[in-house]
Amino acid sequence: MNLAPVLEVDHVTVSFSGRAILEGVTFNVGRGEFTGLIGSNGVGKTTLLRTILGLQRPDAGEIRVLGEPLSHHHRSFGYVPQKVLLDPDVPMRARDFVALGLDAHRWGLSRRTAHERDLVERMIVDVHAEQFADRRVGSLSGGEQQRILIAHALVSQPALLLLDEPLANLDPKSVQEIVALLHSVATDHQVAVLLSAHEMNALLPVMDRIVYVTNGRAASGTTDEVVRSDVLSALYGQHVDVLKLHGRVLVVVEPGQDKRDIVEHPTLTVN
Amino acid sequence: MFEPGFFSSGPVVTALVIGAVTAVVSAVVGVFTVVRGQSFAGHALTDVATTGGSGAFFFGVSPLVGFLGAGVIGAGAMDLIGVQRLRGRDLATGVVLGVATGLAALFLYLDTTSRATTGATQQILFGSIFTVSSSVIPLVIVMSALTVGVIALIHRPLLLSSFSSELAAARGISLRRVGLLFMLALAVAVGLSSIAIGSVLSTALLIGPAATAIRLTSSLRRALLVAGVLGVVSTWLGVLLAYDSFYWFPSSQGLPVSFFIVSLVFLAFLGSGPLSARRGSRSPATEQARGSLRAEVV
Amino acid sequence: MFSSFMVNAWLIATIVAVVAGVVGFFVVLRGSAFPAHAIPNGAFAGAAGANLIGVNPLIGLGVFSLGAALGIARLSRRGRADAVTAMALVMMLALGAAFLSQSTEYEPAIFSLLFGEILGVSGGQIVPVAALGVLCVVAVGALYRRLLLTSIVPEIAAARGLAPQRVEVAFLVVIACATTMTVPVVGALLIFTLMIGPPAAARCFVDRPGPALVLSVAIALVAVWASIAFSYTTNWPVGFYVSSFSALAYGAGRCYAWRRRRRAAAVL
Repeated sequence: MNLAPVLEVDHVTVSFSGRAILEGVTFNVGRGEFTGLIGSNGVGKTTLLRTILGLQRPDAGEIRVLGEPLSHHHRSFGYVPQKVLLDPDVPMRARDFVALGLDAHRWGLSRRTAHERDLVERMIVDVHAEQFADRRVGSLSGGEQQRILIAHALVSQPALLLLDEPLANLDPKSVQEIVALLHSVATDHQVAVLLSAHEMNALLPVMDRIVYVTNGRAASGTTDEVVRSDVLSALYGQHVDVLKLHGRVLVVVEPGQDKRDIVEHPTLTVN
Repeated sequence: MFEPGFFSSGPVVTALVIGAVTAVVSAVVGVFTVVRGQSFAGHALTDVATTGGSGAFFFGVSPLVGFLGAGVIGAGAMDLIGVQRLRGRDLATGVVLGVATGLAALFLYLDTTSRATTGATQQILFGSIFTVSSSVIPLVIVMSALTVGVIALIHRPLLLSSFSSELAAARGISLRRVGLLFMLALAVAVGLSSIAIGSVLSTALLIGPAATAIRLTSSLRRALLVAGVLGVVSTWLGVLLAYDSFYWFPSSQGLPVSFFIVSLVFLAFLGSGPLSARRGSRSPATEQARGSLRAEVV
Repeated sequence: MFSSFMVNAWLIATIVAVVAGVVGFFVVLRGSAFPAHAIPNGAFAGAAGANLIGVNPLIGLGVFSLGAALGIARLSRRGRADAVTAMALVMMLALGAAFLSQSTEYEPAIFSLLFGEILGVSGGQIVPVAALGVLCVVAVGALYRRLLLTSIVPEIAAARGLAPQRVEVAFLVVIACATTMTVPVVGALLIFTLMIGPPAAARCFVDRPGPALVLSVAIALVAVWASIAFSYTTNWPVGFYVSSFSALAYGAGRCYAWRRRRRAAAVL
């Protein structure tokens, strides 16, 4: 764990057409830290990520990356968006796609240096993609594509990696593999990792910190600090039970006025 | 405004009749086309009609038969292939339409050289309403009436199936049959308006008044009425202006009827923009119209 | 066929094929079939208008292509613009027909503008056409990597500050530029087949973007050269052959891709 945080989100408020989606969200992510942004669907996770990326302006609060306020051309980020649709007809191999992560911003047709090709090669090995690196990006399975997207985001060696729901639509085995991969990215490469998910159980073993979002507000800290009945009850604004069973967590929210609250269930862990 | 001889001229009367009838049938079919979001299919059929018209010309058959025949075959083929969201469907359709248009080019070229007819391109693509023989009128009227009749018959399942295929299936409606019938109606509408303003421009008469009407009203009945009126008025005014334009220019060549009709339809469409915005709808007018049309049907 | 008279035609045809192959590669990648269809139709009116007032048709083509491109860019930003663009398209065609009706060579002028003409560009036009061609290719080359990323994963490109909207506008202008110089040869109604068939075919055979682009140009060259040769011999319109050969190439590519998928599935 290092000293200065890579990402500082400071009392950020974001609204859409007059309605506040998120209010006063505050948390930090440090070098090598793995932070999960947890919340049910529609609660504002993607909006928060887009605000951090500079694609949306916050109505209040500040976002700082490496101590400096956010500017539009931040290349200290790697970003893996939700639901990337890659057409199998697109003539691009996984390897080429990863390489594009290095030089997409460059003008013209300069050739890649030996050093750059080496970086790409090593990245492919790091995400265990050697088997399918020469196949078309669009023909890969969900889990394989996810690894290539991560490689693309990491090849330029950013300080911060943001992922929007990377585990949705993946089979349980792939979920485990991706979580393990992201964990090693954080610890071995000392990258600050922030990912959003609507289900936290797969991440419990590796999360350093959690940012739990609901009702437009967020609570951040370690899982032990945040995933507790009292903290979540305050966040939801109604009584919430947190049950921990065999290393898994069950958050039970009684369906209230706000139909966005849903009951969360533990995922099945597959060995 | 009415230049000498307007009402006594045979071709003019023919043009007015054919123009009005095709405008009405295009408007009726057009409203459903826009609501069902099948404008692309309508456009595709105009390219097919182009091939048919130019081919018919070459084989010495009436262009109307060519427009209608090719359109019907095209509609059947498109229905067979299905309207699923196949990956790369747009590319494939584009390529096929390209071939159809290329064939049309060939036919038109052969028309000009081997049969020594002039003006084939202009007639097929941009319309020949003043040179259409009046003997064609009965056929046009019959086919238009048939088409409007078919639409009237299937209009409920037509609208229902465009909103929810499950709802339609639950009511025991054969979606395939309804879809196919509509495609055929579309082909006939396109074919008929092709003799009025040409195959390449028939989209204007199909989509223009319909899109304008839908922007102005959310009631199906009123939309059909407005579209029909707009279409007929544009066509009649277009015929009049084209006739008059012979007297405007020293070279006495006049401007094509289709130009006037398309311009009027286009102006009406543009004019309806600010009007629909003032009705305070943020969602696209089509969605709003569909919503209230659904309310009428269900 | 190779007389000095025809040298111009071969030269210009080559330039046309290269530009269509290069620009078409990204048209297909970005799914920009509609602008590729719409912009030439708009250009038709421009050429007809220029013809009427006695100005170089290239100027008319250029002005109207650019107008159409920027118009589409503007309208697309407002969301659902299909109906407006389609109506504007048809209006342009009608306008072109009106312009042409006032000239003395109504029929042949319409035909050659819509379906192409081998001798459509005079010797004096070679330099401007070549210049425009070079401009198009250089622009695509400069934007190459941005075009690739913004076409395939626009959200990631946006996050990296690569401005996908600006790239889109720039590319539409490139299409306008390409349209201006290719329409006189292949025709306004048929040029889009050259920008779609060969690139769509090329990417069936090759897995990497660079080689796919080169193959797209190669196929376009073969298609255009064959079209010129056949058109010269039979006197049939160039556009007919271009659309037919483009379709053949496309068909061959799809067949190959289908066989490849079946072989891959059989292995698993």
